[in-house]
Amino acid sequence: MQEDQDVIREFLVESHENLSRLDQELIALESHPKDAALLASVFRTIHTIKGTCGFFAFSTLEKITHQAESLLSQLRDGQRELDPSLVSLILETVDATRKVLASIEAGGNEGPDLYEDLIGRLRAAAQGSGKIENRPDSEQQPDPATDLHEGGGSAERADTAKPEEDTAKSSAVVDANIRVGVVLLDKLMDLVGELVLTRNQILQFNTEREDPALNTTSQRLNLITTELQEGVMKTRMQPIGMVWNKLPRVVRDMSVSLGKQIRLETDGAETELDRTIIEAIKDPLVHLVRNACDHGIEPAEARVRAGKPAQGKLSLRAYHEGGQVNIEIGDDGAGVDVERVKQKAIEKGLLRPEQAQKLGDREALNLIFQPGFSTAEAITKVSGRGVGMDVVRSNIEKIGGVVDINSLPGVGTTVKLKIPLTLAIIPGLVINSGGERFVIPQVSLLELIRLEGDSSEKHIEYVHGTPVYRRRGSLLPIAYLNQVLGLKSPQRAEAVSMVVLQAEDRQFGLVVDGINDTQEIVVKPLGKQLKGLTVYAGATIMGDGKVALILDVLGIGQRSGVLAQSREQTRSATEHKAQSAIDQQRLLLFCAGSFERLAVPLSLVARLEEFPRSSIEHAGGRQVVQYRNRILPLVSLREVLEAGGQVQEQTADPAQVIVFNDGDRSVGLMVDQILDVAEDAVTVRQNSNRKGLMGSAVVGKRVTDFLDLNYVLSASAEDWFQSKRAPANGKVVLVAEATAFARGLIRSGLDMAGYRVLEAANLDEAIRELEQHPVDIAVAALDLPPHGSAALRAAMGRRPEWKAIPVLALAESAEQLEAQAGQAADFAACQVKSDREAMLDAVARLAAAQPVTENEPVCVGEES
Amino acid sequence: MPSDTGTMKADGAQTSGQFSTFFVADLFFGVDVLRVQEVLRFQQMTGVPQAPEVIEGLINLRGQIVTAIDMRRRLKLPPRGGDLMPMNMVVRTEDGAVSLLVDEIGDVLDVDLATYERPPENLDPAARELIRGVFKLKDRLLLVLDTERTVDLAVGRAA
Repeated sequence: MQEDQDVIREFLVESHENLSRLDQELIALESHPKDAALLASVFRTIHTIKGTCGFFAFSTLEKITHQAESLLSQLRDGQRELDPSLVSLILETVDATRKVLASIEAGGNEGPDLYEDLIGRLRAAAQGSGKIENRPDSEQQPDPATDLHEGGGSAERADTAKPEEDTAKSSAVVDANIRVGVVLLDKLMDLVGELVLTRNQILQFNTEREDPALNTTSQRLNLITTELQEGVMKTRMQPIGMVWNKLPRVVRDMSVSLGKQIRLETDGAETELDRTIIEAIKDPLVHLVRNACDHGIEPAEARVRAGKPAQGKLSLRAYHEGGQVNIEIGDDGAGVDVERVKQKAIEKGLLRPEQAQKLGDREALNLIFQPGFSTAEAITKVSGRGVGMDVVRSNIEKIGGVVDINSLPGVGTTVKLKIPLTLAIIPGLVINSGGERFVIPQVSLLELIRLEGDSSEKHIEYVHGTPVYRRRGSLLPIAYLNQVLGLKSPQRAEAVSMVVLQAEDRQFGLVVDGINDTQEIVVKPLGKQLKGLTVYAGATIMGDGKVALILDVLGIGQRSGVLAQSREQTRSATEHKAQSAIDQQRLLLFCAGSFERLAVPLSLVARLEEFPRSSIEHAGGRQVVQYRNRILPLVSLREVLEAGGQVQEQTADPAQVIVFNDGDRSVGLMVDQILDVAEDAVTVRQNSNRKGLMGSAVVGKRVTDFLDLNYVLSASAEDWFQSKRAPANGKVVLVAEATAFARGLIRSGLDMAGYRVLEAANLDEAIRELEQHPVDIAVAALDLPPHGSAALRAAMGRRPEWKAIPVLALAESAEQLEAQAGQAADFAACQVKSDREAMLDAVARLAAAQPVTENEPVCVGEES
Repeated sequence: MPSDTGTMKADGAQTSGQFSTFFVADLFFGVDVLRVQEVLRFQQMTGVPQAPEVIEGLINLRGQIVTAIDMRRRLKLPPRGGDLMPMNMVVRTEDGAVSLLVDEIGDVLDVDLATYERPPENLDPAARELIRGVFKLKDRLLLVLDTERTVDLAVGRAA
């Protein structure tokens, strides 16, 4: 009896393997219907199952496979051609076989469904070929060899398995392999975990005493344990292809039911992952693939209209990177409509309309991971069955992974999963708090910050009672672990230790009492009694044999509230990331009057000069100085900025002057003191309503006001721009860029070069400006909301009077410039935003290429 | 007699008639020996901040991490005297091993199933939830602890 059970189990295991290969082979057959080897292999698989069924008296399954076999034998013998309907029918057979096998596995019988309909259709299909078979005959026909083995199932299996290995190119040769139960492997892994812990204890023990013999032995133990650990981990590794195997089928079914043409490409199927992780990513992967098929790739007509091949491409890519596995699911579909995502989020109450406006594309994209978000209007029967992207994200994060989404309108969407290789043993940072040790998984760790001595208190500031830290210019919300866990705080320490952690797409600082070291730790689950505590991810045993809790970074962040509150801040931090190119400008810092810290881009500055007070003369009611045989007009910054207030006479001698130069003209800006040149990244900016200031930002950890040179210089040196008309011919340039700040910087460069500048923050505003003013040149950011600069170009192309206006596209970075190279043809030129000179040169070239026209004077609107 | 032991038969393992006994305050408890994995002296423990108060901490049981539940707090009894070190009674449950911190370990007793009775109705609710029944021994009463309910912290929370 037991023996029988074993044989049946073996049969089930083998059949399941065969069936999963069958899925692949059938899909392959669809594209190569004449491949004889494939056909033979498919036939043999079905045949093997049929033969074994007879042996075990599984009559339903036997009937199904028998009919399928008849059909396949005709195909194999070339009596008829394979068509998609036949493939579907055979796939249906495969599914039915699976169901019956599952039922056998669960209950030992084939279940109530007799699949008469399917059997009937199979028979009809087989007879449809014109060749009428009667059942008893055909049962003998296909492969007489099997009849000999009616009495011995195992002999038959051996027999049929052999030719299979010869012909089925894709199947791995199994000679050198043995099948080992997963339970045993898991047990081995547990034991290795124990061994690692014991090893750690021995090593600690070893450091405490000076025994050469113990030292040698423990070193050997260390080596062997490490090797064993690696070896056993390897046994649990499976190629990701195990999960991908079923995706061709998913994609095929999806494309048939959606009426789309989708080609699946895989790369890196051999990339290996721990089987627990394979299990964990199975469902999220299928969901992502379905999503891509359903929402990503457009129907064939739409694709053709958009100038893409009718067949959509879905690509799966897996590769190792830095101890992690990256999996990318990419499609070349329409991309995510960011505006619609925002709208949905507003409808669902996840976002306030005014927030939506400020939201960058990246953040908007990430909204689809919010619980409760589903692009409901697009729910079809295939996707949108309750497994939302939030579930995908939480499942991936549960195993310590990260989900990232990238989407370009019209180009496609790529979802990237970053997944740890294994869950059982992970590197972690050991920290102290409230007298206890805790472990923070290394994956969540970004950096360690130590604030020493007196400065520590100054570095941590409070916004509305919430502690924040200025980390390279951006605000990092802070949580105190002692407070989160209700531990006692130590005496005021001399230094503050802070770990910067990443949870989801947000970062926060966690202040701890002390930082120890990093260790390989074995993750152990917590008992049921502690499962409700979201702040812990598990526990581990330290080298001294004591238990330490592993912190759940997301849970800590949520419990302390930093993650909920930090949304705004990190948003600006991400914005910052996107703009780092433009913000990484070198800035000249100086002060004037009550403005202790002002900045202008260093690239605009010609030189810094000192003039003795006595050399300053007055001419035409203005201060001037003789400079290099010329008269340099001077502008007192104090007077400009503090107009209306009491202006104290500048007394510093010599006067500090910043000279701005353009062509043959110069102007000097008198300031109180030159402070510094900073190369800091700039964030947390705020637009200013004050005349003369563009806004403020954090530079070098201090709030700094950005000077609106355009205003300052034109206010005091009226002829500054008039003189510039000639070279620039008064060309009108429309600057279309989402952020006021970047716009300001672009504008200031153009202003200085003598162009008249119009500003627009998005497509609509740009169109409005175009409608209201004659424009000579448009400068548009590639990521201009909502659909990029291509949309602006397209809109301009539709109006004859705008058609000829050249558009200069500005990329955030050289990479983006490269990535967008394909679009370059649409634009008159492409430049990187931060490269002012190149940008100005390009504008100048475009201006020069145009006939000189006398434009109506335009009023230059302020946008903020 | 069969009706008396009805509640015990529901639990498959509970057939040996042998009970490991222990004291919590002045209460005398028993757990079927087959459910007891081992008995340990007081172990060094790692506290779990933010955990329910009945959880004393985590102990390392030869590489296995075991949650320790303080029986005094679980039964809503006054805390142990200062220098009294609790003992670990590690019991097997559906969710793995759990250590019960008790005052003192008693003998393993053979009990006469005929002396079994349901717990008295007037028992303190905190204890009643966790006690399956009572064996009327000659000189005292042996309370049979329901280990599954004891380690399920949801039980008795409302009480």
